[in-house]
Amino acid sequence: MSLTAKDVEEIMKLLEGSSFDRLVLEVDGLKLELERGGSGAPRPARQAAAPAPAPAAPAVAPAAPTAQARRSTEAGLVEVKSPLLGIYYRAPKPGEPSFVEVGSKVDTETVIGIVEVMKLMNSVPAGVKGEVVEILGQNGELVEHGEVLLLVRPES
Amino acid sequence: MTIRRILIANRGEIAVRIIRTAQKLGLETVLAVSEADRGSLGAQMADRALCIGPARPGDSYLRVETIVQAALGSGCDAIHPGYGFLSERAALAQLCEHEGIIFIGPTAKQIEAVGDKLRARTEAIAANVPVVPGGPVDSMAEAQKLAEEIGAPILVKAVGGGGGRGMKLVEDLKDLTATMDMASAEAGAAFGDARVYLERYVAQGRHVEVQVLGDGAGKVVHLGERDCSVQRRYQKLIEETPAPHLPDDIRAQMHEAAVRFAARLDYRGAGTVEFLYDVARNQFYFLEMNARIQVEHPVTEMVTGVDLIAEQIAIANGEGLRFGQEDIRIDGAAIEIRVNAEDPARDFMPSPGTVSAVSWPQGNGIRVDTHIVDGAKIPPFYDSMVAKIIAHGPDRGTALDRLKGALRETRIEGVSTNIAFQAESLADPDFETGGVDTGFLARRAAKSG
Repeated sequence: MSLTAKDVEEIMKLLEGSSFDRLVLEVDGLKLELERGGSGAPRPARQAAAPAPAPAAPAVAPAAPTAQARRSTEAGLVEVKSPLLGIYYRAPKPGEPSFVEVGSKVDTETVIGIVEVMKLMNSVPAGVKGEVVEILGQNGELVEHGEVLLLVRPES
Repeated sequence: MTIRRILIANRGEIAVRIIRTAQKLGLETVLAVSEADRGSLGAQMADRALCIGPARPGDSYLRVETIVQAALGSGCDAIHPGYGFLSERAALAQLCEHEGIIFIGPTAKQIEAVGDKLRARTEAIAANVPVVPGGPVDSMAEAQKLAEEIGAPILVKAVGGGGGRGMKLVEDLKDLTATMDMASAEAGAAFGDARVYLERYVAQGRHVEVQVLGDGAGKVVHLGERDCSVQRRYQKLIEETPAPHLPDDIRAQMHEAAVRFAARLDYRGAGTVEFLYDVARNQFYFLEMNARIQVEHPVTEMVTGVDLIAEQIAIANGEGLRFGQEDIRIDGAAIEIRVNAEDPARDFMPSPGTVSAVSWPQGNGIRVDTHIVDGAKIPPFYDSMVAKIIAHGPDRGTALDRLKGALRETRIEGVSTNIAFQAESLADPDFETGGVDTGFLARRAAKSG
């Protein structure tokens, strides 16, 4: 199962209308946590500096955000991981097209995104030849060292 | 600004220690972990663990930008650096200051002031704190003259060294020139700083340090001293408070000197002023200041009842000192041993691996600070210290008995440790009497052949 942005909006409304402060929903490896009141929204200064702002995030950024759950169950997919911790950007600049989309053909040297560490931009190569099947990294969000950014069906 | 979420830029037992206090204070924690520490106890306890890089410290725990990015990206308002790693890197404190993140520690300027040994010494002299006779030398002629004033034996020390690294002993002044040339060349290669200085060599010395807390505006209190004279190759192994058989006037003078030194810097946060007590001369000299929480801080906590991590956070949060000197009482005595995953039978070779089973001691007055649980991994990339066992009692004898009992109860399987070695040191008649000097372990080793 998966949730659309609209689904999340609906759930947020439900929480708002309820007498609860916190909601944790866990279905099929997907985890959604919502909290009333906000316990640490991203810093405004950083948002302004971000080249490609993230889509409107839920009101709250909990300490343990939900990692995007992998949906593709296809065997043999190659995980393209972030080589370092930083802020992941799918496009070279805000408003510009993303480096890759689902369906894009990539080569080992194809840049699939940028990971920013304190204003230092590091381009991330695919490291594999094939077709992008799924994009897991969230634009403008913190990714860990080794976090899976996208899945590629390798070309044999 | 109020601290609500802390990024902990450290690992092992101190990460767990900081998380415990943060949780008690109702603060959220984000732990920066390397690939090797993803499954650590700290990673499980923290609200969130963020992998910052590969196992090697240079690729993870020592990366200033990555740490600050991790804090910013996870909405942390403060960073606690623990000890070691980046704790005394002015660059981290500075970047935090620049990015509006609270650094739980002193200011970058203070770290710089105490990090450079020559500067720290100058500060000590200015604060009327006694220093070891000696000083910097620019030429060989100057060195000869100073050496004659100090008298042999003399230590040649690298300005950039520390923890016993970058020191050479000159027993006869005719060897001074050769030793200085060598020391300077080695210091240049090892620390990127060829400057050396001369110092009187104290044949029989005790390492006694004073814990201080400063509010950053000139108000400083001390929380007594710790005797860390049981050392092997300049690595502390057993620490205790109060320092046994230290003359009371010396003890009081040391406390006052530490406070004077820190107050002169408007020191902010927890720090430790280290002294060398010259047993034969009944004098003490300033060694250095450590601008961070110390490994051995628990013995101070045991006798004062003060949670030093909580005070670090309160000071960083702008709450200042929450008590005065008159509120601090020393209750009884406390002794700590460091548990290292190393094999004393094989020249203390590190013994990394997986701990198959562990059983830590419990009981009256016993505290264990560790991240080691059943199945815990001890990666080969980091310090071998994996736990601290601390015993408190109304007097030193009781604390010592409790510690000995605690070591008998401790079982660690899967890796070698120094616990039996530590138990033997505790049972040594000289240690039981108390007040041993820093040559204690070397003499024991020589005796056992």
